[in-house]
Amino acid sequence: MNYLLGAFKPASHISIVFTDEKNRKKVPIKKENGQTVMVPLFQSLENIVGKPVQGKKIEHNGIKVELLGQIEMYFDRENFYDFTSTSLDEELDVPGELYEKKLNPFEFSTVEMPYETYNGVNVRLRYVLKVTISRGYAGSIIEYQDFVVRNYSPPPSINNSIKMEVGIEDCMHIEFEYNKSKYHLKDVIIGKIYFLLVRIKIKNMDLEIRRRESTGSGANTHVETETLAKFELMDGAPVRGESIPIRLFLSPYELTPTHRNINNKFSVKYYLNLVLVDEEDRRYFKQQEIIMYRLAEDSS
Amino acid sequence: MVADGIDDEEKWLAEGIAGVQHNAFYMHRALDGNNLREALKYSAQMLSELRTSKLSPHKYYELYMRVFDELRRVEIFFKDEARHGVSVVDLYELVQHAGNILPRLYLLCTVGSVYIRTKEAPAKDILKDLVEMSRGVQHPIRGLFLRNYLCQVTRDKLPDLGSEYEGNGDTVMDAVDFVLQNFTEMNKLWVRMQHQGPVRIKEKRGKERNELRDLVGKNLHILGQIEGVDLEMYRDVVLPRVLEQVVNSKDDLAQHYLMDCIIQVFPDEYHLQTLDILLAACSQLQPTVDIKTVLSQLMGRLSNYAASSTEVLPEFLQVEAFSKLSNAIGKVIETQVDMPAVGAITLYTSLLTFTLRIHPDRLDYVDQVLGACIKKLSSKPKLEDSKATKQVVALLSAPLEKYNDAVTALKLSNYTRVMDYLDNETKKVMAMVIIENILKNNTCISTAEEVETLFELIKGLIMEIDGTDVGELDDEDFKEEQNSVARLIHMLYNDDPDEMFKIICTVREHIMSGGLNRLPFTIPPLVFSALKLVRRVQGQDGEVVGEEVPATPKKIFQFVNQTIEPLSSVQSPDVALRLYLQSAEAANDCDLEPVAYEFFTQAFILYEEEIADSKAQFTAIHLIIGTLQRMTVFGVENRDTLTHKATGYSAKLLKKPDQCRAVYACSHLFWVDDQDGIKDGERVLLCLKRSIRIANAAQQMASVTRGSSGPVTLFVEILNKYVYFFEKGNPQITSSVIQGLVELIKTMQSDTTTPEPATNAFFASTIRYIQFQKQKGGAMGEKYDPIKV
Repeated sequence: MNYLLGAFKPASHISIVFTDEKNRKKVPIKKENGQTVMVPLFQSLENIVGKPVQGKKIEHNGIKVELLGQIEMYFDRENFYDFTSTSLDEELDVPGELYEKKLNPFEFSTVEMPYETYNGVNVRLRYVLKVTISRGYAGSIIEYQDFVVRNYSPPPSINNSIKMEVGIEDCMHIEFEYNKSKYHLKDVIIGKIYFLLVRIKIKNMDLEIRRRESTGSGANTHVETETLAKFELMDGAPVRGESIPIRLFLSPYELTPTHRNINNKFSVKYYLNLVLVDEEDRRYFKQQEIIMYRLAEDSS
Repeated sequence: MVADGIDDEEKWLAEGIAGVQHNAFYMHRALDGNNLREALKYSAQMLSELRTSKLSPHKYYELYMRVFDELRRVEIFFKDEARHGVSVVDLYELVQHAGNILPRLYLLCTVGSVYIRTKEAPAKDILKDLVEMSRGVQHPIRGLFLRNYLCQVTRDKLPDLGSEYEGNGDTVMDAVDFVLQNFTEMNKLWVRMQHQGPVRIKEKRGKERNELRDLVGKNLHILGQIEGVDLEMYRDVVLPRVLEQVVNSKDDLAQHYLMDCIIQVFPDEYHLQTLDILLAACSQLQPTVDIKTVLSQLMGRLSNYAASSTEVLPEFLQVEAFSKLSNAIGKVIETQVDMPAVGAITLYTSLLTFTLRIHPDRLDYVDQVLGACIKKLSSKPKLEDSKATKQVVALLSAPLEKYNDAVTALKLSNYTRVMDYLDNETKKVMAMVIIENILKNNTCISTAEEVETLFELIKGLIMEIDGTDVGELDDEDFKEEQNSVARLIHMLYNDDPDEMFKIICTVREHIMSGGLNRLPFTIPPLVFSALKLVRRVQGQDGEVVGEEVPATPKKIFQFVNQTIEPLSSVQSPDVALRLYLQSAEAANDCDLEPVAYEFFTQAFILYEEEIADSKAQFTAIHLIIGTLQRMTVFGVENRDTLTHKATGYSAKLLKKPDQCRAVYACSHLFWVDDQDGIKDGERVLLCLKRSIRIANAAQQMASVTRGSSGPVTLFVEILNKYVYFFEKGNPQITSSVIQGLVELIKTMQSDTTTPEPATNAFFASTIRYIQFQKQKGGAMGEKYDPIKV
């Protein structure tokens, strides 16, 4: 698309170069067209410094760089919700002619970006730098540069294990334990399932990681649940007294931190779903929320 | 239906193998290209074939082996970090990302073994992790094979004593813990198999489980091979934990197999030192467990161990192996009320063998075992089960074989009592075993008490048993048996005549109850034995004289007399008669005229009253004549009476030829060719003449009844007698008498129409003899000279 647009407007080719482009970590994001591109990664309160680059001399009435945080609902395409303050806009240049060398850098210092970039089923939260070159007659040239924001949390001070006894009376009684209630994205879930009573012929047992994304509010709430991981814990029928270990590495899965009520627009929650399947393929399950958080890379 | 099932299984197996091969192909490609990601993917897919539930253990094993071979290649790849570029720690995590548990765990075990090899982490931690994680597979067959795989890939990496993986906090204990845990889990899975699935295929499941048992047992083998397991560790850790598993499994198949395994894989000395523990466990097993084989095995091994070297024997004494085993067996038998008698007896037999090996000197132990056996047997009705009786025979034979001396067995007070529980048939078999043993070893039974016990033991052969119809008995077998008894009687011997006499008396007491079928077999050896004694006593007569001496010839003869008596009443008068005559001869040698006379009297009475058959009479009279002829002890009067009697009977035989022959035989009674023998030529001639008369009569009878003259044989025979006495110098026999007889025979020969080649030859050779004597010359030649032939 960009390429095509560029073909129509060859004169308006602008891009943004970040000052620390070379050192900054880049992460892949999926664009709307399905392409994966590498974009720089920032976190809240960082300085975002860079300058627009363009190849040709153009006349303009002023150049503006905006930092935008947007929440985009897929079922409501028309409306973007910009949640970042426009005060971050910056006039880069007074009207006049723009030459390559003459471009002024921009700097948004200690930008507060409380929400992480998120790409969900029904909602997207993204950050962009928007460059607008105002031209009187030809219309403005606008260019967007995506970047990703990830915010890191320290390990929670309280992180209890999840322990629970569940069952169907006189049929099955199990006790399960996950070592924590809060996991970081590269964590390992350690736990065990203890069978107190088994009268059902169980075929196998899986542990699923489910993501529940709810968008909108009130009557318009949309809830979308995805199973991100299906991990077989047990093969065959256990007997009473058996205890089955759990060890699930989270790193292979594309998880995000838990998001609660982001800008009153959406929430993303994670659940562990313990599923027992019997020989008649009936499923018995118990779902349990876990909090996901992002631990700073170096400490994880 | 069944065939279909098998076909289906073949199909499924073929599909599984195809799946394995297919994925293995891509896996090889990935391995060759050092592509870890692909390699993991295809190996996981290949391993997924093992997730099938459709195969029986046997077929599953086939599939497993194929996968196993492929996994070796994966392992080699994993080992070479340069090829895949991932540290083993990361690899260990990486394989755990697999979503399906079975492939995940197989790969984990594979990496785990590589991980241990690198020694980057303590072996014990990795082992523990592997064995813990494997819990995820609860399906019995899949779980067993997975854990078997775990076993296989780690067995050379256990931190055993002296192994390179030991040290740095990894101890033998960790290795033992690991194996024990794996064993525990496998056993649980294995036992569980029995209770899962529909009831109708229970039997099939039992069979399938049997096929899987070695997977479980392998853990015990490994334990047995861990060098570092010393006695202390075995006693305090290994054995209690294994036994706990065994006992708690409450499964007879498992219990039996595993007990067997324990006994087989661990060293004998350990067993010896842990007998208490092992035996205590035995009594806790399920009642259906075939514990007797287990215990028999154990005792067998210990026996062999004891036999292997005499140095270990003190150990046995030290741990009081016998009393422990004996107690344990007692307990087992007590608790397992339903155990068939054969089981209990088998146990006792094993215990007995054990005792005999280890405490050959402790007869009391042997007796104790037998006593315990009696206790068990007494609570049951008489043994019916043929297997059980066979076992009893084995039980009773064991001491005999060990000591090769029946006398030792006789000292066991319980020996006889055990015999009492046998049925009659078996008693006989056992008695034969005892007798054969004695005969084989030439065991001399030399005291009356021993004899008493011995005969108590072989009662089965000696006594008439109620309810047994003799007619039913196999005649040959019966004879065989009785002959053996007879041989046995000859084996009883003591140098001391008094004791010997006691022995003989004891024997008689026993054999007298034998009934009419046995006495003819048993009395003769006894009588001969007694007569032998008589001769011995008589030989040393000079030395042993005294009133208190019991074994005087007189007493013995009394005894003999009483012994023979019953024979006449059991329709064996011929045997009795012979024995009387034998005894008379013995009395003759002892110079006891009245005794000898008495025996003759008895013989004549028998002849008169019991011997009715003419042939038997004929034989008997010959015997009497022969014996009488040799008697020297009689005075004139007695002798006259007896010879008269004998001649009288001879003349009264039924058939003429018999009469004739008996009478000419009587002639010898009057002519004893000794220095001071009787030489009554007149009566000799009388006898001979009389026999010629009878021969004539016989011939006449023959010509009357058959129209032809009778045989000339008798005359030729009489001629021979004449010649004999002629030579011996009987003055009454003259050459003319002989001449006359020869002429007579010649006439008769020419008269006869039927040729008698035998008689002719006989006669011809008699004539030749006379001619020979004539030609020889000398005194004899002169004597013969007048005879013309």
